[in-house]
Amino acid sequence: MVIGYFFISVAVVLILGMATSWVDRKVTALVQARVGPPWYQPVADVAKLLGKEMLVPETSRAMGFALAPVAGFAAACVAGAILLGMLITGREFAGDLIVLVYLLAVPSVSMIIGACASGNPVSVVGASREMKMLLAYELPMLIVLVTTVFRAGGDFRIARLVAHQQAEGWMLLSASGVIGFIVALVSIQAKLGLVPFDAPEAEQEIMGGVMAEYSGPALALFRLTKMMLLCMLPVLMGVLFLGGFRMRGWDILWSVLKYMAVVVPLVLIRNTNPRLRVDQITRFFWGPMTVLALAGLALAALKV
Amino acid sequence: MMKPSLWGLKKSPWVYHVALSPCNNCDIEILDVLTPRFDVERFGVKLVGSPRHADALLVTGSINRHVLPRFVELYRQTAKPCVVFAVGSCALSSSMFRDSYNIVGPLDKVMKEIDPAAIVAYVPGCPPKPEAIIAGVVKALKAL
Repeated sequence: MVIGYFFISVAVVLILGMATSWVDRKVTALVQARVGPPWYQPVADVAKLLGKEMLVPETSRAMGFALAPVAGFAAACVAGAILLGMLITGREFAGDLIVLVYLLAVPSVSMIIGACASGNPVSVVGASREMKMLLAYELPMLIVLVTTVFRAGGDFRIARLVAHQQAEGWMLLSASGVIGFIVALVSIQAKLGLVPFDAPEAEQEIMGGVMAEYSGPALALFRLTKMMLLCMLPVLMGVLFLGGFRMRGWDILWSVLKYMAVVVPLVLIRNTNPRLRVDQITRFFWGPMTVLALAGLALAALKV
Repeated sequence: MMKPSLWGLKKSPWVYHVALSPCNNCDIEILDVLTPRFDVERFGVKLVGSPRHADALLVTGSINRHVLPRFVELYRQTAKPCVVFAVGSCALSSSMFRDSYNIVGPLDKVMKEIDPAAIVAYVPGCPPKPEAIIAGVVKALKAL
């Protein structure tokens, strides 16, 4: 039974993630006045990569190199099962939000491990940037999470957050909520590695960075992990700030609108900003973003 | 019934741009193909930064002794199956440089020595128009 729920949740996250990555590319194309890829493009990409050969470089540590994408994908699957399983079936456990935060950090860590094991200097540069970025965006993101949990009564359960918002209105409709939403949106942008914060994968300077040595099925797993994160993080935003998602009748349309209200700003930010250096990213998150997040926490303490 | 991986290969060929001592005209045309005006992302074509990710190598230039070892290395680093495109007269035939002391020969001759089973497609022109490059890619993918 539980295993059935697990597979259904993972499949839903995968399909939603692929659809979202298509929306991402299509909106990008529209911004640049082009037609853009057909709707099946993410499926074609993954099908192709799964059918290609996987090259393991001579200079790599083969075990770490091959296992890193599997670890990242597994963590994303479990995170998807916790988040979607909660939304679909209402299953929950004490502290599931904390587990989710840890699981959502694992794909970045697995990318660092894989890149360091690949034995390519360019990948290692990418890995060091990924590591610095992870440290940078986690701080304001966690402060925002603590703020929302604090306002919902100090219980680290996703369902509790949703119930609180259904009783007393959306988190977003308050000063601390607006601040939290902005900070979380920017942090998610960095977590997904989208453009202003894509220093670890900068194609033009370090040739795909952490991904440079990956090919075939391993690259497909990393891309699937990215797509799943692209689905889960907006869902998490919806749960934290927009009153969660209800999946009955007309509420489905409303849920899709909420989801798109998070995804489209992410895509528009990505299309209208130049890439930052990694020191600028760190300064940005540890400076203005952390101050803003702390201000939000102070406002939440004043119940504003 | 087509295999899913082959269908994927036809619908999302990622290209890597290999410049083997070209005069840069073909390279400029290749960059033109990738601009919003021609919008090759409609066909799933994407420029990638690493040969490990590539499905098609776009080779330009008359190949000389200096770049040959690099190209051999690069071809071996590319994940198979992949298609090699000879873009422009130089890659096709070494053009007017064919009697030069440092030229090793046209791309298909070189490819036969590296990998006899390699798939080579030709796009003639000096330089080929963006429309010609797109037409060449479409024909090569149909032949797969």
